[in-house]
Amino acid sequence: MERYHTDLLVIGAGLSGERIAVEAAEAGFDVICLSIVPARRSHSSAAQGGMQAALGNCAMGEGDCPDVHFEDTVKGSDWGCDQEVARMFVEAAPIEMRRLAHWGVPWNRVVPGKSCYFKGGELFEKYEKEEKAGLITARSFGGTAKWRTCYTSDGTGHAVMCTMDNRCAQLGIRVLDRKEAIALLHDGERALGAIVRCLRTGALEVFLARATAVCTGGFGRLYRATTNAIICDGAGAAMLLDTGRVPIGNPEAIQFHPTGIVPTDILVTEGCRGDGGTLLDVDEYRFMPDYEPAKAELASRDVVSRRMIEHMRKGKGVPSPYGEHLWLDIRHLGDAHISTKLREVDEICKHFLGIDPRASLIPVRPTQHYTMAGIRTDKTGAAYGLAGLFSAGEAACWDLHGFNRLGGNSLAETVVAGGIIGRHIVEYLQGTPAPTFPMALVEAEVARQQARIQDLISGRLGRENVFTLRGMMQDALMEGCFVFRNDAGLRACIARLQEVLERTSRLGLRSSGLGANPELAAALKLPGQVRLALCIAAAALARTESRGSHNREDYPERNDRDWLKRTLAYWDEGASLPRLAYEEATAVFELPPGDRGYGGGKIIPADPAHIAAKTRRPHSAC
Amino acid sequence: MSRTLTFHIFRYNPQDPASQPHLQDFSLEETANMTLFIALNRLREEQDPGLMFDFCCRAGICGSCGMVVNGRPRLACQTKTKDLPHEITLLPLPVFKLIGDLCVDTGSWFREMYTRTESWIHTNTPFDPTKEEARMDNAVAEAIYEMERCIECGCCIAACSTARMRPDFLGAAGLARIARFALDPRDERTDRDYFELIGNDFGVFGCMGLLACEDVCPKNLPLQNQLGFLRRKMGITAIKQLFRKD
Repeated sequence: MERYHTDLLVIGAGLSGERIAVEAAEAGFDVICLSIVPARRSHSSAAQGGMQAALGNCAMGEGDCPDVHFEDTVKGSDWGCDQEVARMFVEAAPIEMRRLAHWGVPWNRVVPGKSCYFKGGELFEKYEKEEKAGLITARSFGGTAKWRTCYTSDGTGHAVMCTMDNRCAQLGIRVLDRKEAIALLHDGERALGAIVRCLRTGALEVFLARATAVCTGGFGRLYRATTNAIICDGAGAAMLLDTGRVPIGNPEAIQFHPTGIVPTDILVTEGCRGDGGTLLDVDEYRFMPDYEPAKAELASRDVVSRRMIEHMRKGKGVPSPYGEHLWLDIRHLGDAHISTKLREVDEICKHFLGIDPRASLIPVRPTQHYTMAGIRTDKTGAAYGLAGLFSAGEAACWDLHGFNRLGGNSLAETVVAGGIIGRHIVEYLQGTPAPTFPMALVEAEVARQQARIQDLISGRLGRENVFTLRGMMQDALMEGCFVFRNDAGLRACIARLQEVLERTSRLGLRSSGLGANPELAAALKLPGQVRLALCIAAAALARTESRGSHNREDYPERNDRDWLKRTLAYWDEGASLPRLAYEEATAVFELPPGDRGYGGGKIIPADPAHIAAKTRRPHSAC
Repeated sequence: MSRTLTFHIFRYNPQDPASQPHLQDFSLEETANMTLFIALNRLREEQDPGLMFDFCCRAGICGSCGMVVNGRPRLACQTKTKDLPHEITLLPLPVFKLIGDLCVDTGSWFREMYTRTESWIHTNTPFDPTKEEARMDNAVAEAIYEMERCIECGCCIAACSTARMRPDFLGAAGLARIARFALDPRDERTDRDYFELIGNDFGVFGCMGLLACEDVCPKNLPLQNQLGFLRRKMGITAIKQLFRKD
């Protein structure tokens, strides 16, 4: 069996994982990055929009500073985030964007003079200053007071991913692709590395490390409909949950997007609605004005998603072989507009649907989009429960996003958090002696994983079909724990998931399981995925309020009196439900809880004395 | 309108001693807006759970799903069945090492390419976190990004006659990588430095000029122009070196 030793094992070679690796390698440590796909195919590369950082170079970003970014982030999170983390993030983000420029990212730059932009379908003019020419520019994103999103054309994630992976190559970091971690090695106190299945040969390998960082991205693939890549399947988070020691933070905090195309759930931009696109039902009737007379299709993401589901529940969805959907209509925007301002949408329609949006309606439905939920860490990125274990990026609940993440903050988080947490990992490695690796424990874990594989291949425990059970899990979450949540739906969802979990103990393969067998890969991770799904549903049932993207039909108020706190979901061995614990959302308030200024909804206020006691520094806008 | 599609799919699992390379036939009812992503996943879930193929973003962004579809290398995720005849032959990309069925090892090929082209910014200026970023003309940034749009799917390599005869040929993807850094004012490498890397038959002079690379590139990269640009640059550098005094 192949055995590797290293100072730092990074599981996941997307932006946050590689950023951490770079920081450790620059400090002289040996680093191995593992990825289930070649690093540049990581889901980071799919983020098209950009990264928020308060550089304030462009005309519409004038007067921006970290304080304004901080305020947008905390409001966006619906006061669910850790405010000390948000403060660290907004202060570090501008420097990180400049560092990326130094490493090679071709950021779009300020072009002085007059230019035009669209807002709500209308044309406006702006003037860029001569003295700012050539500095990093920014674009507009939802939920922000300033234009703050740094970008490279329509491929920011891709461009930054290329640069970061180049930097890894330059530093000689071993980035090993087609390697899937299937179990964390630990002695109950400290993480020691991982057991890994090679996706070229199917062989098991042992990676022993002084520190381990899990940067495996989000877990959208627990849902049937998601904008996420195939690889965002939650296996990394589930692997840590399986230790029984590491909790998932706010598992119920999942973001949805109203317009994924059917059948593939590829995202079409909000720009479609922003510029005047409308939503139609099975009768080609425009229904949004009936629900939201003032804003119609321009209401916030969550509101539009909820109304779409509500309308389909009334039997107004369009049936298709892939389930029900609605229509997005941009025909009336005309060729000139579609060919220029909505080119990306035009291309998606052409490549993935084979339709022309000038003449045809686009099939869309709400889909899962982002997991604010994740492996709970402290401010330094250290995971709760085990020493020498870290996490960053969408995999982690650091917790920058609380109950709703702003567009452009997630991609920025990957590199900013990666840098900050990377430096803390370096300190950890410098200050902590290498463990003696208990080889008996390692061998026992290898044997346990080999036995699991053998049981799946032999069918000794049963012949339950992995794809059938996976589909049941995805449907359970879609039906009971999606955009709308209520007591009865969540209870039904949990019962269904518990049934699926029980049946996963009898999984058996129908194929040989040899080599890079995909059925085996799916079967190894499914029980952990179902446990993760149960964390989402159980935490959503327990949280009897609505906050950010967590919407309870039976508890529509944001309840700061009882719920200004973060869920921690633990999985005890042999349990059929997670154990839920809670901690305060933030140790310190810079910005005391208030109204977001959008989204509406009633707030049950917290005890003012409690808030005042924790308000450390009065917030002042710059 | 519904058709029954017949797939002829290359099957071989190098890790299974009983496996022999062969084409296997599958039938599938076509549904509306079906792509090869939808079709292959249905085949795996409903007919053969051992069928190996790669998808990741399934949105034409990541480059995982390059394969030969009815004789032409392309991205499976953005190939719609309605644009194909009812008989569909799927083969793994040539040149790259086979992992199994339709999966090939593009990762190792490209990582070696990064090393050979030294695919990073070469500069002696350290990063100063207290300073404003170095300015860059937006048109230059956009020109760099244009070359950086490569998603490393491997289609250009699979379609390249030179790459098929000469395993060490950098191919269009490797040469486009050099072009990307040659455009970048932050990279301090000179034409002579680039000549050391690609001024040979493994590099820019190995190309036979058949240009299938550009024909099959799913991102429509200007591979032909970049090749011309590099050849001219390297040709001039070679001539200068002939007359050098040192």
